[in-house]
Amino acid sequence: MREIVEKKVLSENDRVAARLRQRYHDENILCVNFISSPGSGKTALLEKTLASFPKDTPVAVLTGDLQTDNDARRLARYGFPVRQIVTGGTCHLDARMVERHLDDLGFRGPGLLLVENVGNLVCPSSYDLGEAAKIVLLSVTEGEDKPLKYPGIFHRSSLMLLTKTDLLPHVDFDPKLALENARKIHPEIDYIAVSSRTGEGFDRWLGWLNALHQKIQQEAAVPIA
Amino acid sequence: MHEIGIASSILESVRAEISRRPEVRVCAVGVRIGELAAVDKDALTFAFEALTRDTVLEAIRLEVEWLLRRQKCLQCGQEFAVRDLDLNCPKCGDSGTTCISGTELDIAYLEVEDLCVKS
Repeated sequence: MREIVEKKVLSENDRVAARLRQRYHDENILCVNFISSPGSGKTALLEKTLASFPKDTPVAVLTGDLQTDNDARRLARYGFPVRQIVTGGTCHLDARMVERHLDDLGFRGPGLLLVENVGNLVCPSSYDLGEAAKIVLLSVTEGEDKPLKYPGIFHRSSLMLLTKTDLLPHVDFDPKLALENARKIHPEIDYIAVSSRTGEGFDRWLGWLNALHQKIQQEAAVPIA
Repeated sequence: MHEIGIASSILESVRAEISRRPEVRVCAVGVRIGELAAVDKDALTFAFEALTRDTVLEAIRLEVEWLLRRQKCLQCGQEFAVRDLDLNCPKCGDSGTTCISGTELDIAYLEVEDLCVKS
């Protein structure tokens, strides 16, 4: 006899993510979730981003890795609260890990919470962390067809950041083709090309983040359904 | 490689159902996976079998329904399965279409036998 269940496989994660989303809403926190392959420049992007903020900016960072606290140590140099989430082998962050480390960090809104996921284009896309936006990074040393190979994450991301653009003169990478491929999967995805080394594109990137923050603040007056 | 975690979550639900209703035997669990869910069917089946082997859940089958991405045209309302990454409406040709399925990762059903009823 077949009995209909109709339940999300990750309903437990979704339950915690909903709790986080409510908390971000109540405290007026903008949370964004950075996802990419290992080595696409997530940490470098965060370093450059933190370096651009005035010292009293309310911002905190959670950074995930399988092992080591190297990234947290790199990011802590900018004077903002940072916690390393060591997953011990797990290939993605889940909502429970974020909640636990956020409590540990003692960060209260209003402000900006930057979550650097484990370097992986597959698994992190399945786990809702309560974030306002997923941001996928693609570096110019990868292939232009990555959006076609990993459609799940490009479909779910609000923004694609093309990173390491200072290397473009040295590699056979066609940014236009990469964007075309991303928009085959997700026609509405935003796109900004940046170099964390030269700072190229950072005005646009910080403008995008700021615009999203303002949108969230306007929506904060409206309760989550 | 997160299919082990996905399989564990499915089995958690199955265990919860078994402890809630000891009078039934679960024969199979049916899941629905969209092509955008970033879950590999074979890896999930492998993980499910590995996690249930030599346990009381060993006899439970995993049945996977694989769903293609579907879009709906915002102009004419046509719903269609996406082939060759073409998101344009096959009926009116408009490019304004929205994703209506393909991201599913759901437990759809359980196949159960009532142990109290003699067959």
